Formats: sequence, C-alpha cells, structure tokens
Amino acid sequence: MSTGKIANGRGKIALLMGLLVAGLLCGVVLAVCVGKYPVTPKESLRILINATFQQPIEASDMTINVVLGLRIPRILASVFVGAALSVAGAAYQGIFQNPLVSPDFLGVSSGACVGAALAILMSLTTVFISLFAFIGGILAFMLTISLPALLRNRSNTVLVLAGIIVGSALSSLLGFIKYTADPDTQLASITYWTMGSFAYVSLRDLAFLIPLLLVPMTILVLMAWWIDVLSMGEEEARTLGADVTKMRGIVILCSTLLTAGSVCIAGTISWVGLIVPHFARMVVGSGNRRLIPFAALLGGLFMLLVDTLTRVIGVSEMPVSIMTGVLGSFFFYWLIWRQRDRIR
Amino acid sequence: MIYFVDNIRFSYRPSLPVVLNGVSLTLEEGDVLTIMGRNGAGKSTLMKCMLGLLKPQQGEVCLCGEKVSLLKPRFIASQVGYVPQNHVPAFGYTVFDYVLMGCASKIGMMSHPGRQEKRDTEKALEMLDISHLKTRKYNELSGGERQQAMISRAIVGKPKAVLFDEPTAHLDVGNQVKVLRIIKSLSETGFAVAITAHDPNHALLLGGKVAIFDREGGVVCGNVEEMVTEEKLRALYGEKLMLRYLEELGRRVCISPNLKSMKSMRLPDDPSATII
Repeated sequence: MSTGKIANGRGKIALLMGLLVAGLLCGVVLAVCVGKYPVTPKESLRILINATFQQPIEASDMTINVVLGLRIPRILASVFVGAALSVAGAAYQGIFQNPLVSPDFLGVSSGACVGAALAILMSLTTVFISLFAFIGGILAFMLTISLPALLRNRSNTVLVLAGIIVGSALSSLLGFIKYTADPDTQLASITYWTMGSFAYVSLRDLAFLIPLLLVPMTILVLMAWWIDVLSMGEEEARTLGADVTKMRGIVILCSTLLTAGSVCIAGTISWVGLIVPHFARMVVGSGNRRLIPFAALLGGLFMLLVDTLTRVIGVSEMPVSIMTGVLGSFFFYWLIWRQRDRIR
Repeated sequence: MIYFVDNIRFSYRPSLPVVLNGVSLTLEEGDVLTIMGRNGAGKSTLMKCMLGLLKPQQGEVCLCGEKVSLLKPRFIASQVGYVPQNHVPAFGYTVFDYVLMGCASKIGMMSHPGRQEKRDTEKALEMLDISHLKTRKYNELSGGERQQAMISRAIVGKPKAVLFDEPTAHLDVGNQVKVLRIIKSLSETGFAVAITAHDPNHALLLGGKVAIFDREGGVVCGNVEEMVTEEKLRALYGEKLMLRYLEELGRRVCISPNLKSMKSMRLPDDPSATII
C-alpha cells in the first residue's frame, strides 16, 4: 500500500523505537505540566520520580492532587488506550487482509455503546457504565462470530459481513435508546460517552483494566510473525503450516479484548485504530513483528498528545473523538493524495 | 513413495456434480508430474485434496505413508511446498520476509523465525537467483520475479514434494521457460514435483509423467510418451492439435491448426444484407 522509504535493518528500527520511547516520556512530562493548573517541569519530574520510588513528596497538596489524582490516571489511560486500539487495529488488518479495517468493525464498539447507554438509561454509576460497556462489546462480538456458524461459512468475508449486520442493528438499538432517554440529562451523557473521553478515569479502575489490556497486547506481540502468515489468506496460511482456525481465533479474541477494554476506559474513540497502524506501516514496513510494537508506542504517544491538546484548548471537556476525527480525516486525505495515481 | 492418491472421489456439495471421480496417482522422489485437463476439470481441486485443504468423500490421499486427512497442517507443510496461483497479498512484505514465511512449519505459535531460518531463506533466495530482490516489496515485483519468490518460499522449508498450481499462467514466454527450467532442476535435485498446466508443450519439455483428466472427473496417468499423443490431445481439447518431431530439438512439439473464422460471425453472402 505505501511507497517511499521504509526503515530496514535492526539498528534503524531500534533507533526509531528509542525515539518513540523518549517522545513518550517527554509527552508524559508535558502532559503533567500543562492544563488549567500549571505545574513546572521540575516539580512534575520530582513528583513522578518520588511517587515511583515511594519517597515522600515535597509539594503543595493541591499540586500533588492534580498530578497524581487527576493527570497521571488520565495519562496512563490515554497511553494504554491508544496503544491497545492501535495494536488491535494492526492485528485485525493483518488477519482480515485489509488495511482499511478498524478495531470496531466486528460490532464491538456498537455493542459497548448500547451497553453503556442502557446503564445510563438505568441511572447506574460510572463503574457500571464501564462494566455494561465491556459486556455489551463482548456480547456483540459473540453475536458477530456466531453468524458465520449459522450460515455454515467460516470465511473472512462472511465474518466481515456479519460485523456489518450486527453493527448496524446495534446502531439502531442505540438510536432507540437515545430516543427513549431523557433529553436533558441521559441523552447528553449517552452522546458524550459515545464520543470518548478520558476525563473520568480513576486510578482504581485502571489498576484493574490495564492488566486486562497488557495480557492480550503481549500475546499479540508474541504472535506478530504469525499474523504475517495469516495475512496470506486462509488457504495459503494453511499450506504454510499455520493452524488457521486456532491462531485466527486467538488473534481475534485478543484484539476484541483490547477494543472492549479501551471502550470500557474511555468510551468509543474513532480513527486511532485505523490511522496509527497505517502510519506505522509507512515507517517500519508491513512485517507485523516490527509493526505491532511500533504501532503500540506510536498509538500511545498519539492518544496522549491528542488528549492533552483537548484538555488544553477546550473551555470545558471536549470529547477526544472530535479531535481524532479531524486529524484522522486530514491524515486519510494525505494518504490518498500520496497514492492518488495508483488508486483505480 | 511420497504421494499415493488412492481412488479419491470429491464433489463440493452433494447436489453439485462430482469433480474427482476415482482419481488415483503416485508421485515419487525426483518425479515430475504434469496434470492436464480442460478448464474446470478439477486440476486445482486435486491439488487442494493433495494439500489437505479439501477432504475427499471417498478414497484417501497418503503423504509419506500417512493419511493426509489425519495430518496436522504443520506436518503437511513440512513435507510439501505449495506454489499457488499468483495472488497479491494485501500488504507489501519484503521478498525476504515473504520467503521467510515458508519456514512456518518449524516455528512455534508464540515464536518467530530465528537465525537458522534466516540463513535458510538466504540460501533459498540464492537458489532461485533472486538474492538481489530481497529488500524489494513482493507486491511491486514483476510476474516472473513473483513466481521465483513463491518458489523460494515453497522450498525454503526443505520439503520432499513441491506442488505448483499453473505456474506459467500470466507469464511471458521467456518467464514461462525460466519457470519450467526451475521446475525441472528441482526434480533433478530430488524433489517430487507436480504441476498443473495447459500447454502440452510444457509436458513435453518437462518429460516425466503426465496425468490427464477425462470429462467424467477420472484421471489417466502414464509416461509423457504414451500420454501426450495426437489422439489423446484432440480428444481432450476438441481441436485438431498436431504433434511433430523436431529434429533440432530431438523431441516432439505440439502445434495448433490454422484458424478459420467462425461461422456465426461470417459476413452474409448477400451484399444487400445490412449489418447492424
């Protein structure tokens, strides 16, 4: 898909990865400092380092509270969600042999939205909204994967079509829930939730959710080479020696957990899972062993910067999907512009 | 014996016609087998049965003495390299990474190829004389180069047999000859090779064994001398094909008859008739 120079050789890739890690660390410090209550870089570094090594911190209670209570959870959440969505996107694109697939195409996001909307409709607390979203996402995914079994055709195409069917049915259901919701309070929260935000994450939720994201991410990093093989198509992968049904199942399950986990933390966030893998592929090439770790770092950095930006420019909390949507469409335009001669 | 196909019968669905009807053949080390048949006769289906991708309703395909239906994909892949019909993957893997995938049967599920596999890949690229292409993207290669990369990938895992599905399709004549030369060399190195082909000349060039599909899904197998005859080719393709011995080459060649324009498109004799 992409042309131009891609980085070859271990040295260059390691250098790029190192740069990304450094960028991510700088991004974290920057995100701690900026905002309505500014903190100096020196202060923020000291708090971060002392908190990591559990040393006493010398700063005002307000500063400590802002940094550790508000900004750090938010930073962690955005980095992990960005990484999770990017890894899920790259893995899905690989096994469905389609660079235009995004993590929500198996109905996970629509299911999560319906779950969250139901919880909001029942006036449940935020913990339950997250839980309902997660369950909704997983249920929608299970519905999607059961359709090919009913149709007795387990090809990728049928699975993608099943995702479209489930997704659109659930969007209608979401529409119905919105229609019945109280327009002043509930409708607003549903709409806000479906646009994604990191404003309400708490360290306690993250302590549970981050491991939930780390496990599937690790499995996908380990299986990255096999995603290359699976991207050759079902028959070819089998003739190469892949146990296609099992491997594809594991990859889909891990990617779905990543998507559902992300949605559970921050609501649905569009575009990230599509454009980050794309961009990463342009830099490090298509081999998933390089692509997946690179996309994870890049996605984390991207999400962190976007969230920090929305936090800084917005008068009140602006949903992140607005920003990712704008950036995503510009990026996509640029991508098409780059290869306009080759698209037929 | 590497392959023993024993009287297999296959149809895609009970309601659909039988594609393979009691097909039997054998393939031994160093053999070249050319499978011929009309379009849709079942050549690719036979290959898919041999690869364990399709399961015959009757009969058995045995690979190295084991029933293919009971073998794991990993074992089949370690014994058989497959060169599919040219297809372009969705992502631009480098030729090196593409060929490396041929080592998959040796790699664990949570693992990736190591130094040994990379060395094997270098060797396979060298064997096919495409080391200079290794950093290029597979998607951007020409048809002939792609075919070479696919063959490298098929042999990198050191299988006993290599199956080719129409290896000369979409290639220019020069590349067709090049690919056939590679196929012949592979069989001389000891690989058991089977290809599907449309041009009788390819069977004549390769020599060895030929299997011809009849119209009922059966297959007749034999040496090229007894299988590729004017009579059989005419019966197979329904055209008056001719076989001539060419002194310079010391072998027979197949030539098609001259073309006559089609009756249905001939201009009417009456000059006053109008053509719409």
